[in-house]
Order: sequence, then C-alpha cells, then structure tokens
Amino acid sequence: MKNIRNFCIIAHIDHGKSTLADRLLDFTGSVTDREKQDQLLDSMDLERERGITIKSHAIQMDYEFNGEKYVLNLIDTPGHVDFSYEVSRSIAACEGALLIVDAAQSIQAQTISNLYLALENDLEIIPVLNKVDLPSANPEEVTDDIVDLLGCDPEDVIHASGKTGFGIENVLAAVINRIPAPKGNPDEPLQALIFDSVYNPFRGVETYFRVINGSIKKGQEIKFIATNKKYFADEVGTLKLKQLPKKEIKAGDVGYLITGIKDAREVKVGDTITDSKEPTKNAISGFEDVKPMVFAGIYPVDTEDYEELRASMEKLQLNDASLIFAPESSAALGFGFRCGFLGMLHMEIIQERLEREFDMTVITTVPNVSYHAYTKKQPDDIIIVNNPSDLPDPSTLDRVEEPYIKATIITKADFVGNVMSLCIEKRGQITNQTYLTTERVELNFDMPLAEIVFDFYDRLKTVSKGYASFDYHPIGMKPSKLVRVDILLNAQTVDALSALIHADNAQTIGKKMCEKLKELIPRQQFDIPIQAAIGAKIISRETIKALRKDVTAKCYGGDISRKRKLLEKQKKGKKRMRQVGNVEIPQQAFMAVLKLND
Amino acid sequence: MAGIYIHIPFCKQACYYCDFHFSTSLKKKDSLINALINEIKLRKHTLQNKRIETIYFGGGTPSLLNISELHLLIETVYNNFEVVETPEITLEANPDDLTTEKIIELSKTPINRLSIGVQSFFDDDLKMMNRAHNASESKKCLSVATQYFNNITIDLIYGIPNMSLQKWHKNLEIAFSFSVNHISSYALTVEPKTALHSFINSGKYPPLNEALALQHFNHLVETTAQQGFVHYEISNFGKPQFFSKHNTSYWQGKWYLGIGPSAHSFFGDQRAWNVSNNAKYIAAIEKKEPPVTHENLSNNDRFNEYIMTGLRTIWGVSFNRVETEFGSNTLNRLKKTAEKFIAEGLLNIVNEAKPSSTPKKGEFLQNTSSNSVLKTTNKGKFLADGIAAELFILS
Repeated sequence: MKNIRNFCIIAHIDHGKSTLADRLLDFTGSVTDREKQDQLLDSMDLERERGITIKSHAIQMDYEFNGEKYVLNLIDTPGHVDFSYEVSRSIAACEGALLIVDAAQSIQAQTISNLYLALENDLEIIPVLNKVDLPSANPEEVTDDIVDLLGCDPEDVIHASGKTGFGIENVLAAVINRIPAPKGNPDEPLQALIFDSVYNPFRGVETYFRVINGSIKKGQEIKFIATNKKYFADEVGTLKLKQLPKKEIKAGDVGYLITGIKDAREVKVGDTITDSKEPTKNAISGFEDVKPMVFAGIYPVDTEDYEELRASMEKLQLNDASLIFAPESSAALGFGFRCGFLGMLHMEIIQERLEREFDMTVITTVPNVSYHAYTKKQPDDIIIVNNPSDLPDPSTLDRVEEPYIKATIITKADFVGNVMSLCIEKRGQITNQTYLTTERVELNFDMPLAEIVFDFYDRLKTVSKGYASFDYHPIGMKPSKLVRVDILLNAQTVDALSALIHADNAQTIGKKMCEKLKELIPRQQFDIPIQAAIGAKIISRETIKALRKDVTAKCYGGDISRKRKLLEKQKKGKKRMRQVGNVEIPQQAFMAVLKLND
Repeated sequence: MAGIYIHIPFCKQACYYCDFHFSTSLKKKDSLINALINEIKLRKHTLQNKRIETIYFGGGTPSLLNISELHLLIETVYNNFEVVETPEITLEANPDDLTTEKIIELSKTPINRLSIGVQSFFDDDLKMMNRAHNASESKKCLSVATQYFNNITIDLIYGIPNMSLQKWHKNLEIAFSFSVNHISSYALTVEPKTALHSFINSGKYPPLNEALALQHFNHLVETTAQQGFVHYEISNFGKPQFFSKHNTSYWQGKWYLGIGPSAHSFFGDQRAWNVSNNAKYIAAIEKKEPPVTHENLSNNDRFNEYIMTGLRTIWGVSFNRVETEFGSNTLNRLKKTAEKFIAEGLLNIVNEAKPSSTPKKGEFLQNTSSNSVLKTTNKGKFLADGIAAELFILS
C-alpha cells in the first residue's frame, strides 16, 4: 500500500486537464503509440468534441521512481457544476489532487469550489502551472495568485506544459513525494467507495471503486449499503487503458467491479460496497441521492415515435442514473416525458445523446426548476410544480416558493460592475465581495436557481468578455411572486411554451418571447398572431406575416439540381418541426425563451 | 431528341442582380471560343446520337459575338451532331448590341429566335439594375428585330422596389405593342454574393417587397392571358406555337449538352456541369479533358426533380408517369401529401382525356385513357417551391 498514490485533477474547463493527463499516460508508458489519441480519458464522442469531461474516469499507471515501483491511480473528474456531486465523490476517493491552473488565465470559480472540496477532504494539493509555453502566459502573477490561495511556497508550484511535455517528470515526482500513501486496514471488513459507474451493453454496469479497508475478491458476495442489494463479484480488476482482471483488489487501491447489474440506478455514486456476510459497521460518509435541479418536457417530433422514445429513455437511464423521467401529456405536443436533469449542460447532453445514439428527433420544452406551491385551502401541503401547467390557478394560490442558490463568481475587477448589474437583474442579492488579488474579485450572490436556467451563462460570458467563472450550490426554498406567462399561437395556447416568471419581469419577458418566436417560426401561408398572456390578460403581441412568394423566378438547366438540393434541405429542416394546430413550430422555438438576449 | 446549350461567359458590365457566371474582361474571348469549339468536338458522343432539336446561346451576353464566331459555333454543332431539319436556334441578345446592321446580319444566319434582355422600358429601372442599355435602344431594336424575326422573346423584370403597378402595366403595354410572341418575366430576386444583396444589406436599396411582387405577378398573369399568351411556366408566357422549345426541354426531362464554363448537361439519370472559371475551363479543354463534374440521380432525386419542374409548368405532374416510373406506392404517397394543398386551393387535379389512338369514325371517348395530372392553381403558382418541397421524398 505504501507505493500506491491516488490522485485527481482539479481544473477549470480549457485549462488543459485532459492534455496534461494524456502526457502523464505517455510518460509512464501507459499507452502505446498505437493507442494514442487526444483526450484519451474522454471516451464519449461528445466529450471529445466539446472538450469537456462528463463522466469520471480512472486509469492506473505504473511508474518506477528512485528504483521503486509505484502504482498511480488517476481519477479524472467532470469539470462542470452540473456534476459537482460526482466530483465530490471522486475527491473522496483520493489522497491528493493536482490543481491545474492555466498560466494565462489564473484561478477560476469552478476550480476554487472544487479546491475547497479537496481541502475539506484533507487532500494534498499539488499546484501545477500549465501552459507555461504560451506567449500569453503570466507565470509570476498566477503563481502569486496560487500562493495567496493555498498559502504554499512559490517553489511548490510546478511549471508544466501538457502540450510540450515540459515539467511532467516533476509532476510525477511530486505525486510520489508529496501525496501520502493511502491509509487503511486490509484485514478489516470490506469498505469501498463507489465513485462512478459506466454502462457496458454487453457486460452490464461496470462499477468504479476505491477500497478504503479490507479487500474485494473475485467471486465474493458483496452488498451495496445504500440500496441494500447483494451481488457476486463476477470480475474485479484494475483500470489500465483497458481493464485488467485481478483476483483481488486490496485496501488503498482503485478498481472496477462487474456483477451483471443491468440498471445503472442500482449503482449509486457515493454508495459503500461491503461484504455481505461480514459487513462493515460504517458506510462511507457523504452519500447523497442526486436530485434533479432542472426539469423539461421531452417529446417526440413525430407523435408516433412515443413508444420508441420511451424505450430510448429507458436505455439511456441504464447508463445515466441521474436522468429521471415520468410520462406526461401536453395539449400541444401530445404524449411525452417530464424529465429531471442535474443542470442545463446535463439536459443538453441528454438531448444530444437521444439524437446521436438513439436517432430520436425530440422537442425539449422550456426548462424550469422545481417550485413549491401552497393553496389557500391547504396552506401546509406542498404541491411540487415541475411543470408550469401544474401551477394551481392563481386565485386559489396561497404562496409559491422557489429554489435559491448561492452563486460564486470570480471575475476581473474591471467587470465587477457589469457582473453585479447582471446578477441584480437576475434577482440576485449580493452577500459578499472579496478581492482575491488587486485584479481578481470573488462575488457571492443569493439568487433564484430559475434565473440561471434563463440565459445566465451566455450573458455572464458577454458582460465579462469571457473573464468570469461561475459556480453555485443550492441553499433552499424562498417565497416568490411568480406568474405563468402563456404563449398563444393563432389564438391557441401552446402549453409547452408556458413559463413561470417573476411577476416583475413578466411583461418584458413576454414581449421578448413574442419577438423571438416571430424570428424563429417560419412564415406560413397565413398570418400567425403570437401573443403572450398572463391568465386572460394579453401582455404582448406580434404577427408573423403570411408567406406570399415561395418560388424562384428562374429554373433552367443549371438551376434544377441546385434547387432540388436546396428544397430537400428545406424539407429536412421541416422534419424537425412540430405541427401545433395549423402552425409549424421548429424545435428550437421551444427553447427560445432561453436565448431572449441573442 | 436533345438540345445543346452554349454558354458565352462575357458581359460589358455586371448587372447588380446577376449571379450567372460571366467575366467583364474580353481578353480571353478568342481562346474561349476556340475552347467551345473543341469541347463540342470532344463531347460529341455524350448525347448518344440523339438528334439535335434546339441550340441555345446563353450567357453572359452571346450578342457580344460577331457573326462569323456564331457561324463557326453553329457549323461545329452541325459537323459533329445530327441536327433536325428546322431546329430552334436561340440567341440571347442585349438591346445595345442589336443595331439594325447586326439584326439584318443575324437574320441571315440559321439563328431563328432572339431572346432580348429588355428588363424594363424605363431608364430609371435600368440604371438601378446597372444594365448596359437604355429604354430607347430597347424600343428601337424591337421595332427593327420584329421585322426580321417572327420568333422573339423579351425579358421583363417585376417586383422592383417602388415600381408602381401603373408602371409595371405600362411595361407590359409597350411589350404588347411590339407584338412579341413570347415574354419571360421574372421577379427581381436577391441572390447571395451579388451587388444587389450588399446594397440592400447596407440600406442603399430598399428591401424587396413580396406583396408588391405578388401584385405584379397577378397582373402579369391576367394581362398576358388577355393578349392570348399561354402561361406555360412560372416565368414564361408564349403565344401558341411560340413556347421556347429549348427551355421546355429542361422542364420535360429531355437530354441536353451544356458547352462552355458553368454550363450544365442532363443525360436522363445523370446531371453534369462544367467548371465556372474561364481560365480553368480553357486550360482543361486544351488538355482535351473537359472539366465536368457528374452527379448520378437516384430514383428519389428524379422524382423530386419531376415534382419540382412539373409544378412550375402547365403540364403538371402526370399520375400515369409517376406510377410507371416510380411505382404505385410513390403515386399513393404523392396523392396523400397533395391532399392538404388541394384543400387549400393551391393544387388541383385535372383529368386530361387523351385518346390512346386517333379515334376512328364512330368511336367517341371509347378507348381513351384518362390521365390525372397534378397542377398548381394560379394561387399556388407563387408558392410552387414550398409546395414541391413538401411533396418531395427524402432518402
């Protein structure tokens, strides 16, 4: 055990985490030239394309240092706030963390919150200044930032470049010298932490774990404490680039487990694995059932595809247990599902995976958070509102509460004013303002979560010219003055376009929604009035003028082929539209309220 | 039967709305004509010995060629293809090139149809479009040309911003006064990457107005009908016997060979087009390698093209032909998707009784097979593209 090191990487998106990890794998000879590709640990196409990590991953490297052989387990973690619970469990599985900071961009909000998480878990932090080879690198100043933050010595900060490989040897030396070996008793009853799982269509769910005490053996009967389910360990092993089956994984080490589980929901991140006959007395602390934060309806574009959509969602849930869904129906869209997501990125990922992996064309309705409504008749009974149409009639309503978050934003001093105005517009209340350095400011706000859903990220990026990072965590429910803004197309309410909005903003947002829809809904052969309404009161109106001319004047020899392709493309676009009444609504119109300021 | 199109990629100046392939530098004119002649020879077998019914000089501005150049090109076609006895040979011409002398000379060549780019009989419109000629040149050349050619078509553009209905009406009246037998009339269209496009974007020109274009179009349809023209394609109006044979072949799926840079060809189940660059074109022909890109058409492609072109013409989309060429499933599907447009009055089904053979005496409506044809109504014509797209089958 004394030659095992377990560590994770804390970094902001684009600070070079995946590239640096690639170099570590290179350097320790963990990959052959043939296996090499960029972002090795990001196995989903989606992750590679977007340059983000969605799932946690783990890989074991063998490394010889000063004549001794070491086993290094790197646990790669997602970098987005939607997945902060997964990050917290990965951190709990490690003794140390590489804090990777871009030498040009310095520390970001996401990094800080994960860093605090790591410090709470008593992890040894190794600061790495990455991308020092860039002309825009500013190593002295960023080193000062790191020293201020960690209270470490400037010499402790390792200069590196994932791109050129510079400094990688020093990083590995620090991992071995500075990160403590795991402590644990191999003779105690089995106690292992689940930090992630991956669905394999052939082998069932692969569970990734870190053994704290005891050991896990092939064939052993085990139990998951939170779910209280028992399984046989059909296969255990370590995670090289490919899985390497072993007879036993001992305390301190990281590995995978296959039990034939077919449903990812049985494997909960943060759960404790123990022996079924001789169980540990203590479950590992910190386990939580992850709760969805954002809800939206997902509907098939073609109503006939409902059953196929259900089957696809069920399959998707098998490998993404954080997705929840329940059938619902909409007057406008027919049958579909109300889905719960960890956040906006998670929602986008689900939608994209449905389209890519299951070839489903879907419509996602306006997302919303989960509200609590109380009626005058029963002012103590919570009505959970996950869909705007579930909000009780305003006349019977006693009060509504909405979820609030504590938001942390780190930005440059120049943009503090802009960021503040944005947050105040978003109904935020400033709770704290700290100058981390003369240039960098940390701002804290209490804000309604719903405001984050509505185009907050994009606007924050705009007002700060990209120099702001953002993180949040929920702080509970607060009373709020909410109204439902309905949209009428051709005088018919389209329930899938309804949104719950704070009464003070309803007028403005209703107007912007009408304008945006006018832009997005293609003209048809008749005028289409678009109205926004609160109850029976129309608060805004636009008209999409009828299409009068839809033919090109010329169609001679050279035009035929080009024109056919153009019209075929047009028709393909129409396949993604949903007929509501006699109006055809494109997919993106349902999300229009999220991009009102574009 | 087949047609040959010859593209003359030169213009004196660029009209603001034009997105055809042309050059305003005439330096390469000689070597280009040489290349055209060589291309005709190199591709003489592509039409599989089909007889040539039509030859069409388009552009650019073919009237920039002198008589001997035109002669040479026509002669080359005759020497390499079998041409029918009285082919339709059209020359696109601009009024400023059509001096009285040139018209008389042209009338002595095999060219028997002139397509004159009048566009408008008003100088302010011509200026706005950066045309090379003025209104009086148009009128003068028409009065002479009609004496030497009986088959003349003129181009007129409508839907020009701020063009009043009265002015549009006046344009048509003047056209009728010259007793032309054919009018091609186009709505002004903003093509990407044209000067007009950037002028409208920058606010230098007012944007196009669809309602105005529709009003002009309806007026055009009405008044040409009163004058005895048949509206046989969205933008084409001809007296009986004076429809453009060459252009009709585009919409009826006849084979054609396109000669010259950017020219397109059609060989039944294949389309092909030449490179749109004069220098590259000339260089390739010099190497005896015509710079052609081919595209094979799938069944769906051919069906979609038939729908698209059929709905533009009075010949419509024949149910018999759809069934024979694409099968009864495709026909049923077409009928189903067309229902919505029939209900909206944009399409209709016309039953055209056609005798299966010449009726003998005493035979009346026996032995006739009725063929249903799907057509756009007058109301549907201006929406024909959108309707066609809806009827398409995607692979």
